[in-house]
Formats: sequence, structure tokens, C-alpha cells
Amino acid sequence: MKFIPNSSIKQMMLKEIGLNNIEELFYDIPKKIRINDLNLPNSLTQQETFEKLREISNNNKSYNDMLFFIGGGIKPHFIPSVVKAITSRSEFFTAYTPYQSEASQGFLQAMFEYQSIIAELTGLDVANCSLYDGVTALSEAALMCCRVNKKKTILIPKNISWEKKSVLQNYAKGPRIQIKEIKYDDETGMIDIENLKENINKDVSGIYIENPNFFGIFEDNVNEISKIVKESDSLFVVGIDPISLGITKSPGEYGADISIGEGRSLGNPMNFGGSSLGIFSCKKEFLRQIPGRIIGMTRDKEGNQAFSMALQTREQHIRRGKATSNICTNEGLCALAAVTYIAWLGCKGFENLSKINLENGQKLAKNITSLNGFEKKFKSFHFNEFVIKSDENAKKINRELLKRNIQGGYLLEDFYPNMKNCILFGTSELHDDKKFEILISNLKEVSNV
Amino acid sequence: MYKSASYDEPLLNKLAQLSDEECDLFNDIPNSLKRKKKIKIPHLDETQIVRHFHKLSQMNYGIDSGMYPLGSCTMKYNPKICEEISSWSKFYGTHPYQDISLVQGNLKLMFELERMLSEITGMDFFSLQPAAGAHGEFLGMLLSRAYHENRKDFKRNEVILSDTSHGTNPASVTMAGYKLVEIPSTKEGTVDLKILQQVLSDKTACFMHTNPNTLGIFEDEILEISEMVHNAGGLLYYDGANMNAIMGKARPGDMGFDIVHLNLHKTFSTPHGGGGPGSGPVGVKMKLEKYLPIPRISKEDNEYYLDYNAKDSIGKIKGFYGNFSVLLKAYTYISLMGKEGLKETSEIAVLNSNYMKEKIIKSKLYDLPFKKLRKHEFVLSCEKLKQEKNIRAMDIAKRLMDYGLHPPTIYFPLIVKEALMIEPTESESKKDLDNYIDALINIAKENPETIKNAPTNTSIKRVDEVGATKNPILTWNMI
Repeated sequence: MKFIPNSSIKQMMLKEIGLNNIEELFYDIPKKIRINDLNLPNSLTQQETFEKLREISNNNKSYNDMLFFIGGGIKPHFIPSVVKAITSRSEFFTAYTPYQSEASQGFLQAMFEYQSIIAELTGLDVANCSLYDGVTALSEAALMCCRVNKKKTILIPKNISWEKKSVLQNYAKGPRIQIKEIKYDDETGMIDIENLKENINKDVSGIYIENPNFFGIFEDNVNEISKIVKESDSLFVVGIDPISLGITKSPGEYGADISIGEGRSLGNPMNFGGSSLGIFSCKKEFLRQIPGRIIGMTRDKEGNQAFSMALQTREQHIRRGKATSNICTNEGLCALAAVTYIAWLGCKGFENLSKINLENGQKLAKNITSLNGFEKKFKSFHFNEFVIKSDENAKKINRELLKRNIQGGYLLEDFYPNMKNCILFGTSELHDDKKFEILISNLKEVSNV
Repeated sequence: MYKSASYDEPLLNKLAQLSDEECDLFNDIPNSLKRKKKIKIPHLDETQIVRHFHKLSQMNYGIDSGMYPLGSCTMKYNPKICEEISSWSKFYGTHPYQDISLVQGNLKLMFELERMLSEITGMDFFSLQPAAGAHGEFLGMLLSRAYHENRKDFKRNEVILSDTSHGTNPASVTMAGYKLVEIPSTKEGTVDLKILQQVLSDKTACFMHTNPNTLGIFEDEILEISEMVHNAGGLLYYDGANMNAIMGKARPGDMGFDIVHLNLHKTFSTPHGGGGPGSGPVGVKMKLEKYLPIPRISKEDNEYYLDYNAKDSIGKIKGFYGNFSVLLKAYTYISLMGKEGLKETSEIAVLNSNYMKEKIIKSKLYDLPFKKLRKHEFVLSCEKLKQEKNIRAMDIAKRLMDYGLHPPTIYFPLIVKEALMIEPTESESKKDLDNYIDALINIAKENPETIKNAPTNTSIKRVDEVGATKNPILTWNMI
């Protein structure tokens, strides 16, 4: 049998340990629950498996098969071949969590470099070496706030994705954390500062804002928000899109205590939304309350530079029920892709990438709003995603675009109240003027159908 | 003799001088948004980057390097075909919010995977959303809460688990807001039914257990345990980390478990990636279905769709639908293996484990506390070596690396003194098993000084891990 080298010599091995047949190894399972067969298909050869999966994949269309203009916090990005080449080194991807430092120096060093880069990007002191995704990272940040200042209320704005809110509500159940929502301004899409002021008080553990937020908009008032948060003795949590940080202010520059975000866009493919990469960084003073794995630099017994897991006493394998989080397996390989990707770009390339994403965001919005019947829902400066309100039925527009082999924007109306006929468009460095033109000429056609 | 590559490889930021060249900051961005602090990442050529990470990879040990018998981690071979298929853009290039008609392949795959996992575990329904085993446990605890609360049974705030449980179990329990009740095992290394009876009450929400347990022992009184827990009104939770022992032999669902999580990166051969991405799907019995996370994958008239219409659902625990790339590899693996292959997997995994165990205890150098028959893993004690030669489990682990072998899990489960927890998996040949056995026997006879000094053949010598915690240096700016 495939991948089971001893199947042909099992009788010999059994005999060597004084047994006659395999069943003797399973006699302790009560007869009543023994089964003889699983109701599954028979095994396939590798060739047949390829064919089966090929057939399944042919029922998909990827961004290589058509033009994508869809947002929602995830978009196609260019991934240089070097990333796949490095993450395909099987010394990395077939390794377990680096519990044994001496056999894992390579991965540990790469994770140390990842942490360093995330700390730089977000302008904070320390980072962990990944959480599941940006969504659960918010939940972990909220739990950490409550651990740090022993308060029980978290404020979140309404301009974040419903999925994030739902996950947070689930993580909040255990410690009975109260989640309160802050309104956003209907005109700008930014946080309603007055509403924030009304809701903040000394009992608030942490306040979360997103910059850019789910609607793609940059918060203009981060300094003011930061000041309000500090005055109430709460912690300031900022959600980021790492791609924007090449040119925009880092959370550390406006007083964030914790920064979280989705890091998939750093060299990892969309993969239908998973895998993902939860970015988490914070100020040094909260070090011992950080969730998840952290790699540290140390020495070996001869004084050589070495790396190992650090602050393990926070983690479940040591601390069990008193750990800062239950997380064990995280997203190591995605973090490796991220550090390789950023190294490939260098600081200049990274700034450039940010710039192109921002420019394309502006261009695409300008192009779309030049058409009759399409306008920006929020009159604010945005990054590479933005919301367009259409006079026409948005569902119909997307249906018609599909016929023309274009995946239009994400339709917000199903999950966001007051977002009838609102479309969340997304762009990236993969787009150029030619692709925009294709979308625009088709949009023109379909809005007249 | 084994010798790991060893380089004094500088950190990435020291590979080249950071150029002072200013980047022409983008002018169309409002000043209030502009980044002031430059990112300090030097410009490197692709050649330099490849060599840097290539060298790092050579200072790392994976399952492709050799045997990796970490107990409860199921470090089996990861078939290359699964990697290749996951690199097809028709899979990796799909967007989670794409029109449903364009991702019918993905949805079919997930729909079928849910059913395959249900069949393997004897459960009724699955959710593929959790990103890892611990994440699955957390979801399981949320489902337990939803179930009891929906029945207006608000008193149930305790979760019972055994002193052999994985560290993630108690951590997930407390994260979900439950009180932990840990019970000691019997002299046989199994659940003590008398004690279990004593702690079961109308406060019991759940009993969480692994079967075979972390000692590798099958709980042969599982049906009694199930009856007791259910009579007390509690649910039974199965930690599927050890599922590699019983595929095609027995199913948690038939044992009475109500909630199950699996680790696709263990039993179903998807690579661990140096610590993720993983996947920890959760299966439930019918009575818990309505609480499963949204969206569910549904099918109508041969068309698959994402179903958000579930009023009792707990909502979401992760963005989108789970780690799809991992699901894809697991689906490919199950398709390759088929029903016979999976059964044979468990049979040989258990044979390999018992083969090693017998050979090692015959040497009388290591002890095997508790019951003799083990499943896919076993836990040795080197307490004798500690008494006689002051050799500890940690020392043996470090010395194994000098033989080019990855150490087993050590100091776990906590009830075994100086524990070495060994899970060879079905992937290893007899020759590799014999080689590992010989290494363990040799080490026990070696000069204690050699062992204490180990490892010496690795890229660096023994690492001061305490130092990494006492004086944390976590980024290059902290050096």
C-alpha cells in the first residue's frame, strides 16, 4: 500500500513481537463498536487521483480565467516565484512546531525575522509569529485587553466585516466580555467621533478601529481617537492592511497599543479564503499577555547566536488551563511566505507596492464614478477597496458582468443593512489601465441592458 | 555519521546595507495619513534571498529529513501529489466571495469531505471552519454551551477531563468560560470510572477525552463512560489527535461521542508547515447540528451553495470557510488511500508502535508504565536512567538529534515521570524503526557526559531556552 512501507512485511513484524495477526493489536476495542469496513470509495492510483481532482477543479474559475474586481478584505496579488520556491523547501513545510530548537534553527530564525518585520511595519515593539487569521486576531486582541486591564467591555465600530463581529462575539462568550458598537458617519464611512465619546468610559477595556476599514476608507481622525482612548485609560487596538503600510502611517505612529490584521496578501494566495495569516503586534509592556507563539533570540551553550521559542509559560503546552490562549498550530508557513515576500520587495519595493495599490484604488473609483448611475457611497479617501452605490440593481449588474467573464464587486446588501445596491470593489497591483478599461466598457453596457 | 548544516547566517536586515536613498513619497496622499517612519528592510537581490532562506532550510529538520516520532502529533509522510494539486490556480486562485457558480468545484470538494469525515468518525455532520485542532476544541466547547443553553440548562458550567489530556484541552475549556475538573487516571492509565461518577453532576457540561488516550491506551470501558456521562446530562467530546490509531477499526460516533474534532494535519497527512496552516474540522451528532457555524455547505438540484440560513447557529469562528488549501490536501489524501488504505494506515501505525515498544522494553533500559497493549503511540519513562546516571528525558531527546533523528515528545503526559512519548506512524520502514530503537538503546548505555553535552552534530549546540524567556529579544530592533 502507498506510503506504508511495512504493509508487505507485517506478518514478520508481528511474529517478532510474539503476535499472529493484526487483530490481536485491537482486541481491547469492545466488539460492540468494532467495524470492519468504512463506507468510502476504493483507493485510487496517483494518476486517477490527478484526474479526479482535475475534474473538480474544472468547475472553478480563478482570477487567471477571468477578470476579478472583487473586494472584501481579500484580493488576488502578484506572488513572485521565489516565495513558492522557499515555502516548498520540505525542511520547512514538513516540520512540526519548533519545540526542539537545535533541529529547527532555520525556521526559528525565519520566524524571528518575520516578527521583526511585522513590528517594523506596524510601528510597534513586538509581534508574535502568527495567529489563524485577521478575524480571530481581533478576538485574541480583545481577550488580551481584558487580561491586561481587567475590564470587560470592548468597543468595536460598525464599519468592520460582519464575520469579524460574529467571531468576536463567540470569543467573548467565555470571559463574558461585553461588545458595544460605535456608529460610523453615513457620509464619510469613518467612525462617528461623537458616538465614540458617548460610549467610552473608564470601564472600557479596549477600542478597536480599522484603518483602512472594511469599506476601504482611511480613518482621518486617528490622532483624535487615540487621544480619546488614552483619556479613558483603555487600550487602543488598530486593524491594518499590511499592504497599505508602505506609505501610510503605522499604528505605532498614532499610539496604538495593539495592532492586528490579515497578512494573507503578503505572498500567500487567496485559496478560497484559507489559509490565512493573523498578524499580531503590540507594545513591549504587554509581552507576557500576548497570545500565541513567540520566537526569541538567545545563545547556545558555547555562546553562539541561537533561536528558540520564548515566553512559553504563556502557552497551553506548559500552562494548560491558565494559558493566554489555546492556540497551538498557527500559520507558520504563511508567515514564512510573508517574510520571503517582503524581503524580495525590500523597503523600496514595498513602498511602491503600497503606492500602486492606492493609485489603482483611486483610478478605478474615478473610472467607475465617471459612468452614469454609479457613485461612491462614502466621500472619503480610500485604499484599494471602495464602495460604489449603483442606481441599477447590483445583482443584475454582477450577473451581466459574469456573462462577460468578469467577476464584479462584492454585493454588500445581503449582510449589511442600508447597503442596498452597494458594491465593494477591490483592485491591486495586478490591474492596469487596460483591465480597468475592460471593466468600464462592460459596466457601461450592462448598466444599459 | 549525521551532521547538520551549520551556517553563521546573518539576520535578513544585516545581509546588505540599508540604502539611504529616499523613496519618493507618494504625493496624492493626505499628509495626515503619510507614513513618517521608514521601513528598514534592505534591498536584496533574489539570489541573496534564495541563498539566505535556503541556508536556513538546511538548518531545519522535517519529515522528509527523517523519522519524526512526536507523540500525539502524527508526523507522517506528506504525499507530494497533494502539494502539487494544491498549487493549481483553479484552486488557490479562487476568492471566497466569488459568485457561487464559479466555485462549484471547491464546494463539491468541501461537501464531499464533510461526508467522508462523517463516515470515518461515525458522526452525522461536520464543519470545516476551524483552523487547527485547538480551534476545533474551542468550537466544540461553544457548541456544548449552545446546546445546554438552548435547553435552558444554565447550571452546566463544568468540563471534566483526564490528567492525561492534551494541553490544548484545558486551555480551550477555560477560553470557552467553563470550569475545569481534572480527574486522575487509574493504575492502568485509563479513566477511573469511580472518580468520574463522583465528579459527574448536574453541573457537568461535557467530558472531554482522547481515545486511544495520550498514553496510547484504548479506553476499553468507553461505552460505560458514555452511558455515565449521558445519564448525568453531559456531552462527550472526542479529541481526534489520536484518530490515526483506529480508522476503519472503530468510530468515536459509535462509542457515544457527541462532538469530535479531527486534525487534518495529523491523521490526513497534510504538512504541519513548521506550525500551520492546519485544519481542525468538527463533527457532531444530529442533536447538535443546528448550532454548527455558518455557512454550511449545501446542495440543491446538483448545485452547491453556501447556506447562511440557520437561526440557532453559533455564528462564525473564523473568516470565510476554513483553511481550504488544507482541506484540499486532505481530500486528495483520502481519495488516494480509499477505505482499505485508511484501515491499513491505522493497522500499520499501531503495529509500528507496538513493534518499537516491545523491542525497547525488552532492553530493560526504559520502563513502560501502565497497561502493555498500546495503539499508535506509547510513552516510555526514563526515570531509571535519571536515578542511576542522572540522565533526563531532555538529555535523551537532545542526544537523539546527534543520530540524525527527531526526538519524541517529552515530559508529556504529565503522569509519566521523565516521559518519552513516541508515535512512529505508518510511514516508517522497519529499517527506520530498528535504527531508532538502536539509537535509544545505545544512548542509554552511553557515557552520561556525552549525553549531557548533546547535541553536537546539530547546527548549534544546546540552546539556552530559559534565557530566551528571561531576557526576551523578540525582534532585531531589540538586539
